[in-house]
Amino acid sequence: MKYVAELKAKIREKLPELDVVIGWKQGFDPVHASPAFMTTPEEIEQLVVNPLCVQNLATYLPGLKGKKVGIVARECDTRSIGELLQESLIEREELTVFSVKCPGAVDLVKLRQQVGDLGRVRSISFDGPRVTVETPDESSSLDLGELLPGKCRVMAYDEPVLADFRFVDPDQDTVCREEADTDLVALEQMDLDERFAYWRGHLDRCIRCYACRNVCPMCVCQDQCIADTRDPHWLSAETDVRQKWMFQLIHAMHLAGRCTECGECERACPMDIPILTIRRKLNREIHELFGYTSGMDVDAVPPLLTFQPEEKSITEREW
Amino acid sequence: MSAGNGRELRIVGFLCNWCSYGGADTAGVSRLGQPTDLRIIRLPCTGRMDPLFMFKALLSGADGVLVSGCHPRDCHYSEGNFYARRRLELAKRLLPTLGFDSGRFEYTWVSASEGKRWQQVVTAFTEQIHTLGPGPKFSH
Repeated sequence: MKYVAELKAKIREKLPELDVVIGWKQGFDPVHASPAFMTTPEEIEQLVVNPLCVQNLATYLPGLKGKKVGIVARECDTRSIGELLQESLIEREELTVFSVKCPGAVDLVKLRQQVGDLGRVRSISFDGPRVTVETPDESSSLDLGELLPGKCRVMAYDEPVLADFRFVDPDQDTVCREEADTDLVALEQMDLDERFAYWRGHLDRCIRCYACRNVCPMCVCQDQCIADTRDPHWLSAETDVRQKWMFQLIHAMHLAGRCTECGECERACPMDIPILTIRRKLNREIHELFGYTSGMDVDAVPPLLTFQPEEKSITEREW
Repeated sequence: MSAGNGRELRIVGFLCNWCSYGGADTAGVSRLGQPTDLRIIRLPCTGRMDPLFMFKALLSGADGVLVSGCHPRDCHYSEGNFYARRRLELAKRLLPTLGFDSGRFEYTWVSASEGKRWQQVVTAFTEQIHTLGPGPKFSH
């Protein structure tokens, strides 16, 4: 991205006031970027911003509370930061947000479906909407739009929720877009038995690695998570699908009205289970019931922490 | 006496201590006949009702879940049922996406003096669950 030199210069300028700046750097192979924790000017040189920078770095912020932290964030990532601020899980004065115009994102599952084994990729390069992938056998030119994760297709963010410094590339359009939520639409076209079978089939593959929980920026209970405690004993060690299902419902319900749809849970899932769909459904219902979208307003009151004596949108059953 | 003529189903009821549990007691003392599919768990307030209790019950083999508390504005703790209403409505709306009929879960308000209303609620909900039949099976 054209603004990267400018971004690095600004981070270099601000670094003396900060304990750490979180960004991305090249990962262990050409197709992976990994989070970078920059504390020295040399480490700032490793910073990259490209569509392989898929991690929502806001996940690290609650664990760094009390330190002066800088964070490189795309527009959608700032929504998670907004939600964390709203819940007082982080402090605004400790935070410096370097907001970057999102260069788009690559869903590695979709890339794998296009080019095969990602371990064979020798290089990947980006030129606007074109993605060129080189393997020992062939060079393929792909459309970035086709490789976007699901979350980039259902909600578009032109501007960040909050930013201290903003870096944009004037030539570049917003990549994310607001289309029909195809996963949810497909699910809602099924009848109840098919939906039940869909989830039973998908959730049975869950290995309860808890990657979805650990990567979630809003899952801040850590060692206090009720999925791990023996008292109360919500989940047993059985490998039964009901335990896995219950775990996903614990995660989803604890995110109700809080989930910022960053999609990290689904990205981190080693079994590619479409768990974001449950959270999206809850968000749709919350929007319909309470007209509320999480993370967009730092001063808003979360809908489940307040009430109206007469709820306009809730029709109670008469017996 | 079961609402259906066939076998009994399993319905879990979460009742608040101050109103609906008293209402159920009033119904019993008044000798108002009720179907026997319902197992009652007493809560201090519907504000204690974590929607996960409902999911846990359904995943553990309950065929239906009923929550009943004080009428809005009559909560013993002033506002527990107001919070409960938002949470439970949301949880109810999630059920169809997961493949459960949203009719397997209901929440309502019954005061301690409304023995007759309690009888109506239990009878209607039990009939509703019998119409839906046993809950979905988890084994393949």
